[in-house]
Amino acid sequence: MTSLLLRRILGSRTSQTFSLANPSSNPNALTRDFSSLSNPIRATLFPGDGIGPEIADSVKQVFKEAEVPIEWEEHYVGDQIDPRTQSFLTWESLESIRRNRVGLKGPMATPIGKGHRSLNLTLRKELNLYANVRPCYSLPGYKTRYDDVNLITIRENTEGEYSGLEHQVVKGVVESLKIITRQASLRVAEYAFHYAKTHGRERVSAIHKANIMQKTDGLFLKCCREVAEKYPEIKYEEVVIDNCCMMLVKNPALFDVLVMPNLYGDIISDLCAGLIGGLGLTPSCNIGEGGIALAEAVHGSAPDIAGKNLANPTALILSAVTMLRHLELNDKADRIQNAILNTIAEGKYRTADLGGSSTTSDFTKAICDHL
Amino acid sequence: MATPIGKGHRSLNLTLRKELNLYANVRPCYSLPGYKTRYDDVNLITIRENTEGEYSGLEHQVVKGVVESLKIITRQASLRVAEYAFHYAKTHGRERVSAIHKANIMQKTDGLFLKCCREVAEKYPDIKYEEVVIDNCCMMLVKNPALFDVLVMPNLYGDIISDLCAGLIGGLGLTPSCNIGEGGIALAEAVHGSAPDIAGKNLANPTALLLSAVTMLRHLKLNDKADRIQNAILSTIAEGKYRTADLGGSSLTTDFTKSICDNL
Repeated sequence: MTSLLLRRILGSRTSQTFSLANPSSNPNALTRDFSSLSNPIRATLFPGDGIGPEIADSVKQVFKEAEVPIEWEEHYVGDQIDPRTQSFLTWESLESIRRNRVGLKGPMATPIGKGHRSLNLTLRKELNLYANVRPCYSLPGYKTRYDDVNLITIRENTEGEYSGLEHQVVKGVVESLKIITRQASLRVAEYAFHYAKTHGRERVSAIHKANIMQKTDGLFLKCCREVAEKYPEIKYEEVVIDNCCMMLVKNPALFDVLVMPNLYGDIISDLCAGLIGGLGLTPSCNIGEGGIALAEAVHGSAPDIAGKNLANPTALILSAVTMLRHLELNDKADRIQNAILNTIAEGKYRTADLGGSSTTSDFTKAICDHL
Repeated sequence: MATPIGKGHRSLNLTLRKELNLYANVRPCYSLPGYKTRYDDVNLITIRENTEGEYSGLEHQVVKGVVESLKIITRQASLRVAEYAFHYAKTHGRERVSAIHKANIMQKTDGLFLKCCREVAEKYPDIKYEEVVIDNCCMMLVKNPALFDVLVMPNLYGDIISDLCAGLIGGLGLTPSCNIGEGGIALAEAVHGSAPDIAGKNLANPTALLLSAVTMLRHLKLNDKADRIQNAILSTIAEGKYRTADLGGSSLTTDFTKSICDNL
């Protein structure tokens, strides 16, 4: 059994490097030992708050059942501000992700108050998480108005409209700066095309409003075009954001991979989550410099149902699947993803938010049975 | 209007907007019975601030490879569009106004916009007021557009949301639009393109322009006539006998128009 696993894992491993987010590194160097149950990959796990710990348990259970060679290193948000990070996240937690290079994060409620950075902002800045990747595909069996959604949104996550640089000019007049840099735009465009190539996607669409914001969005597009030339086998197109939204609600099958600056990415990625059923079902993964991947569930911590065994772990498990794909453990990723889709499609076990009445543990067990 | 390519002149739309001080773009979006889209229950109006915000056109290069764009929000423009939104809600019997924003991130700019909306909301206690973050708003719109009534937004969000809503009901070919200017000016317009490929062939769908004319009538408080014409258009489309090509039929513009007249 173990030798069969070893053979399958070796077979799925190509001579390509593990660092998908760093296409500039030597493609022939294997930067990570092959993984097996006896030599697992360490991954940081932040269960989070509210329903976080329960759904994190679901992930651990499913991974164990699927014999995924991952060893979790759990970290929790503290209740004291760590002066080294200026946040409730400790330095040790951040070092853990930097060392392991992969992590999974549950929903975190940022405590109200001043004098500290929000948890998400801390993670983003400290780990240089520059791209937010959300695969959106219609879940067979969970019917929404759209059956044929199959796209990925890749959002630049460090600059753009969210630079936080605002000031009052005179009383009653406020300005906000939107910053676009060549470096950040190239970086996210590189990731988008590399993602398209490694995941067998055919087309990358850059979303913009360059007819109005000629210099800023214009620079973003210029960078996308430069990268597009290096990937002649992948089609490249540019779509204006308002057209894009209209096309998405009329015919989302038109889109494949979308790459966008920060604000448009925020809007479009949530729009697409709405097309497939909401944030409770949407996986998400943040890519950082040096090949770091921090997958996360983007829904809230739902304190009202915390601890009641009612939460839907789908988003977190699917996010963990994106983490596996980043690690090129595609067999395991496919197995788990199919198990989830089959469970939802079957309809026998569904949590309350999907219109059913199963508990978290029943739903999780059904996924394990489907493996 | 097709803007001629070339330099040295302002675009036609920009000229109209600046010269007439058209500060609000109003688009009523409602599902057309008989023209089936994935949504049956859309009934909302988007009111978009049209003079400032992200579209101020103030961009510059800081150093090579770093570009900045200024988003401007002023109290004056925000109050003006908020006043119009609540006034519209009151005169058209709408119940709720939702301000769309991203003030959790853009605290000063969208914060000022919201502050102005709240001030105006206090003057209209009979109209419900709520604030919705733009990404939530988009998600809610694609899941359940019936949640919304009147939406008021700064320029960029308005551009995005108004086209999103047009997509919900079937596209720009069916969406009316009206621009409101200082001093009570109202310039209704069809927001679709000039479609040069079918020009002069009696194939075009006049719905968007007719419905825009209806919004002009409502602005003039000729509500009886507005209702008559709107119902005639809706009945014609609902009947399904006469439909232009873009609606999946094969009628000519003239037949479609005559059918609307018959339905008056």
